Amino acid sequence: MHYIDCPWCGLRDESEFSYGGPADLIRPTLADDVSDQEWADYLFTRDNPCGEHHERWVHTFGCGQWLRLVRDTLSHKILRVDVLRKKQNIFPNITDERGI
Amino acid sequence: MSKYSIFSLVKGAADGHMKWPLMWRAPDLKPKYDVVIIGGGGHGLATAYYLAKVYGIRNVAVIEKGWIGGGNTGRNTTIVRSNYYYPESAAIYDFSLRLYEGLSQDLNFNIMLSQRGELTLAQSPEAVEIQQRQVNAMRLNNIDAEYITVAQLAQLEPLLNLSPNSRFPVLGGTLQRRGGTVRHDAVAWGYARAADRLGVDIIQNCEVTGFKRNSLGAIEGVETTKGTVLTSKVGMAVAGHSSVLAARAGFRLPVSSFALQAMVTEPVKPTVNTVVSSLMTGVYISQSDKGELVIGGMLDRFPSYGQRGSFATTEAVLAGILEMFPCFSRLRIMRQWAGIVDYTHDSSPIIGPSPVPGLYLNCGWGGGGFKAIPAGGYCLAHILATGVSHAFAEPFSLDRFRTGALIDEAAAAGIEH
Repeated sequence: MHYIDCPWCGLRDESEFSYGGPADLIRPTLADDVSDQEWADYLFTRDNPCGEHHERWVHTFGCGQWLRLVRDTLSHKILRVDVLRKKQNIFPNITDERGI
Repeated sequence: MSKYSIFSLVKGAADGHMKWPLMWRAPDLKPKYDVVIIGGGGHGLATAYYLAKVYGIRNVAVIEKGWIGGGNTGRNTTIVRSNYYYPESAAIYDFSLRLYEGLSQDLNFNIMLSQRGELTLAQSPEAVEIQQRQVNAMRLNNIDAEYITVAQLAQLEPLLNLSPNSRFPVLGGTLQRRGGTVRHDAVAWGYARAADRLGVDIIQNCEVTGFKRNSLGAIEGVETTKGTVLTSKVGMAVAGHSSVLAARAGFRLPVSSFALQAMVTEPVKPTVNTVVSSLMTGVYISQSDKGELVIGGMLDRFPSYGQRGSFATTEAVLAGILEMFPCFSRLRIMRQWAGIVDYTHDSSPIIGPSPVPGLYLNCGWGGGGFKAIPAGGYCLAHILATGVSHAFAEPFSLDRFRTGALIDEAAAAGIEH
């Protein structure tokens, strides 16, 4: 059971949040030279570490903001909570700010 | 190693049950094997057994980090069934169920297969339509699925909440009569004993810490906490820890690990006759021979290697059970635990070659690994022995994520399985 320290709402129960995938997936540039393997790696292949994991969460039943967590997948200890800022844009090739 | 029979039982009783032979040896790790299997759960032990029995390869070691059957083989809800939607899935899961049906005789070990029927409730008009469609698809694949009415349900499960006023009113259901439960520990022990009799070395409390590769990158051996073992072929059947071992071999997998919970209540008189599951709430229940109600449900929806599970999910699972059986509200939960299951994006397994020559995979079963133990073991043994995929395993290659030929049981089943 996690308690997540939301930067906006304070310490809240895990059930208010939704997990939103690994934090550092970079979408390949939309160009002809993206191989099937690169797409497959982006879509499906995961580090899936036993230990420290950087991941995105959203405070679904709270402020609705996206967060970036560093969490230990074995001990369930939350090591860090950050606001997911625009400079951490996961679609660097898309200029629209809503791309995040 | 003696064969179990009525005579051995009488002899065992006459000796006061003090002289039963050990079921398997505890051999030292040899320096070299033809095949090394990582993971002494059901899949790993079944692989060793079929390698020795069907393919005649007996110089085999099963290397297990803890004790055999101590991972997901001992943590599941013991359900077996083969009512899958896609033909590829139906073929491999029904192969598995057929092997289970003959397994007690084959292994000379009672796995306590109980084909009490697996029931899936339809709790919305849409669910009725899709389930009828699925039943038709399954019957075309020679799976014994049938659609049943509320009146039939009332006969099968008298305690089931069939009130039209309930939150999710039951409108019908599907039944696979060949589905049911198996004593899960017996599967690990039966395969271990039978494989050991054929010469397989089962090495417990020994962790694989790395892989030895030759100049071409192919497997030369494995490093373990009990020393280095030389081998040219390695089979990996480590479920939730597949990504961890893949990282030690230098590649990544399209797999994420989650905790899947199960729990049992205090024992009661016979109350639940079949395995009852609800797609609407994602929970399922059956009753063990001891009388405990065995309950399972949805995943904890974040990656985890902690074999515990969150209370929020426990609560949601139990709420789903009480929706089906309100009369269980006063029962106490005796034990709760979780297994670490390895999910792929299409909820179908990966059986076949890995990016490392000589290393073969059996992973990605998600929450459905137990029912697939005989088939998973058989197919991994086939590719280890022959170098080519078994016909049932061919659609489940790692390469399908590149080609896009996914077998999307995640969408078809609508439930963790």
